[in-house]
Amino acid sequence: MSDVKASGDGALLAVRSLTKLFGSFTACNAIDLDIRPGEIHALLGENGAGKSTLVKMLFGVLAPTSGEILWKGEPVRIPSPAAARRIGIGMVFQHFSLFEALTVAENIALSLPPGISLSRVAAEASRLSRLYGLPLDPNAHVADLSVGERQRIEIVRALLQNPELIILDEPTSVLTPQEADRLFETLAKLKAEGRSVLYISHRLEEVQRICDRATVLRHGKVTGACDPRRETPASLARMMVGSDVAAVSASGTNAKGDVLLEAKHLTVRARSPFAVMLKDVCLKVRAGEVLAIAGVAGNGQSELFDALSGEYPISDPAMVSIRGRPAGNLGISARRLIGAGFVPEERHGHAAVPALPLSDNLVLARNQSDRKTFLGGGVLGIIRQAVVRLASKRIADTMDVRKSGENPAAGSLSGGNLQKFIVGRELDRQPAVLVVNQPTWGVDAGAASRIRQALVDLARSGSAVLVISQDLDEIFEVATEIAVISEGRLSDTYPAQALTREKIGLLMGGMHGENGEVAHAHRA
Amino acid sequence: MRIELEKRPRPSALLSILSPFLALGLTVIAGGIMFALIGKNPVAALYGFFVEPLTDIWSLHEIAVKAAPLILIGAGLSVCYRSNNWNIGAEGQFIMGAIAGSIVPVVFHGWHSPLVLPLMLIFGMIGGALYAAIPAFLKAHMNTNEILTSLMLVYIAQLFLDWLVRGPWRSPDAYNFPVTRDFAREAILPEMIASGRANLGFAFAILAAIGLWFMMRYTLKGFEISVLGQSERAGRFAGFSSRRMIWFSMLLSGALAGLAGISEVSGVIGKLQPIISPGYGFTAIIVAFLGRLNPIGIIAAGLFLALTYVGGEAVQLTLNVSDKITRVFQGLLLFFVLSCDTLIQYRIRLVFSRLGRSSEGGAH
Repeated sequence: MSDVKASGDGALLAVRSLTKLFGSFTACNAIDLDIRPGEIHALLGENGAGKSTLVKMLFGVLAPTSGEILWKGEPVRIPSPAAARRIGIGMVFQHFSLFEALTVAENIALSLPPGISLSRVAAEASRLSRLYGLPLDPNAHVADLSVGERQRIEIVRALLQNPELIILDEPTSVLTPQEADRLFETLAKLKAEGRSVLYISHRLEEVQRICDRATVLRHGKVTGACDPRRETPASLARMMVGSDVAAVSASGTNAKGDVLLEAKHLTVRARSPFAVMLKDVCLKVRAGEVLAIAGVAGNGQSELFDALSGEYPISDPAMVSIRGRPAGNLGISARRLIGAGFVPEERHGHAAVPALPLSDNLVLARNQSDRKTFLGGGVLGIIRQAVVRLASKRIADTMDVRKSGENPAAGSLSGGNLQKFIVGRELDRQPAVLVVNQPTWGVDAGAASRIRQALVDLARSGSAVLVISQDLDEIFEVATEIAVISEGRLSDTYPAQALTREKIGLLMGGMHGENGEVAHAHRA
Repeated sequence: MRIELEKRPRPSALLSILSPFLALGLTVIAGGIMFALIGKNPVAALYGFFVEPLTDIWSLHEIAVKAAPLILIGAGLSVCYRSNNWNIGAEGQFIMGAIAGSIVPVVFHGWHSPLVLPLMLIFGMIGGALYAAIPAFLKAHMNTNEILTSLMLVYIAQLFLDWLVRGPWRSPDAYNFPVTRDFAREAILPEMIASGRANLGFAFAILAAIGLWFMMRYTLKGFEISVLGQSERAGRFAGFSSRRMIWFSMLLSGALAGLAGISEVSGVIGKLQPIISPGYGFTAIIVAFLGRLNPIGIIAAGLFLALTYVGGEAVQLTLNVSDKITRVFQGLLLFFVLSCDTLIQYRIRLVFSRLGRSSEGGAH
């Protein structure tokens, strides 16, 4: 790792005007990038900026259309991930590729050349995991491990190849703050050994904390190369987004009214072996409040959304009430009729049908609540296309949805614009209760701030808003009250000002009230 | 080497519209080659197959007679397929509809009333719907695969009909032939116009297709069908129930297949016999896809496939070819429809090795 000075500028890996075209779409446009030995280099950018495409080219998953990659000053071609590993590049993907039914050691052995005994793999893996502070039991089954532990397997797997450059794709998006801290310690160790890390993220705070240099991408182009510690979050955001992002103002939302949404001892069995059981969930959202539910993905968020939305009704009507009416056994249409609106996490194939135009996607959510306006012909139920189109145009205008054409297919919109439409579709009804799961997941910063502001405004106008989110920045921006979900249990509700990231992190780890520090908060 | 299908970034809209016609053209060419290979003059054979039947009144009536069940069944199947319910057992529902509708003229043959025919039609629809209810129940409540259950029920229906006409329902005055007694006059579906055999079944087919087209195009029910077919989860979000849709689409297509069955027996055959369908229930699957799962397209597709039946019979006589020729043409047509659709959406790529793949990318 010390013989890296071959090339003129001493870069371990250099990329020169690397370009990737998909059809006529330019995912990466003449990208230049230098990674020096022993540095943690951030690759910043919004979703769709071209970060993933770039690293896939570096790791041999995609072939570049033009441009070159220099490894220690020598031009190289990386035709496959195996070739990338051979020259010394390791990668930890955002989505893990692990077999749940196999043990940690077995999963690691699968990525190695055949013929190495399992016990040797296990021994080597536990040596590495100790060395880098990544506690792992090689004989544990992956199915029993948390997301953070699964990520450690991927990291150990990459380290076994003794790479000089490790690429991490959005590694903290699935971690609690505490788990993230531990990961940062590991990265510091790797750096101290002289290895380089390419760290992909859109979280400015952690990039400033751990990265030596940053390259910022926007629309497939490099828009800045800087030392993140010398920048402000605002200046980094400007490089990412291209303009200043409006700050959400949440002040003055403290006028507390009646309880509009309530769950009482909500207990729901898991529908499948991979789902989470909801255990005794209690929550109250008053008019004027934004209750944010924090938590690491896969702790019962989607199950909670299903139970609150009525997509999967519950047998006991009293477990969920909307505007004071027992609604547990009502379906989603009936709950909409008593004034609730819902925004699910997944845009494609849940909140919207990608192949259908926006107007049809408006009918999707409001075919019963706006029956009188949208449908004619009595029992025939004929859809009044002209009325629906007008309404969807109104929503698109209000929420500033950028689209090609008058009424394009939902799937042709970018994530942020489609999400604005989906949220606007509910806001347009002025629902008394709005339940939103991951409102700005994979959405660009401009759209995200717009959506968050809309949620705050809705609460301010007297509605009860429940936001389920993994994004702590978002939670602190919009919430008046915060609760944390972990393994299907919901913590007590705390006023947003009374909580810090650290406390939320402890609650995410499942420390319900056992920890003295948070135990004496009030139950809402 | 391996073969990969790669999605085209921008499939041609024009070709998507032309796809059925492309498939027809390719079928005709392949058919011509086939005739040439068995030593027949391809031009004369294709003329006899596809053109000659259109030139005389009798054949046109035959086409309408054969198109009626194809359109009725195909239109019902299109609703099923649009909603992602794969009813492959229309042939069985056709037979069960025919049997249920024949209860009145066979069992109560002494009863003469203008109510006989309407009752037969209603019983036919109920019979087909009930038979389709079996795979619907199994799918909705036991999560079984409706493709398998509905298909297997076809063979049960065929053998049940065979048993009926050889056993309890055999006509006392048919010299032990396996047929029921002839239907009385008021149990016969009347002809549409005096010039030939085409009966009211064709009118039912056109009405049903137009009705379903209207439903799919303009109503919330049609919207529900296409949403649930594209994404069950989005359908649930919209407040639609995929379980209820299984019942709706299966019962609807079953009822239409049953109506086709009783219309065929009452309007064309005039009694029950061991074989009452040349595979209409299966051919209707081709009709549904050739017609783009659009009921209006299905009218055109049904007429075309009816032509293959009539043309097949004609060339059997004039050119002395096998009676399997119709099946071969239908098979070719389905093959070309599906491959045109696939190749418009995807392109074929031959992958020789990893190395070949990366050098094509020009990474240097």
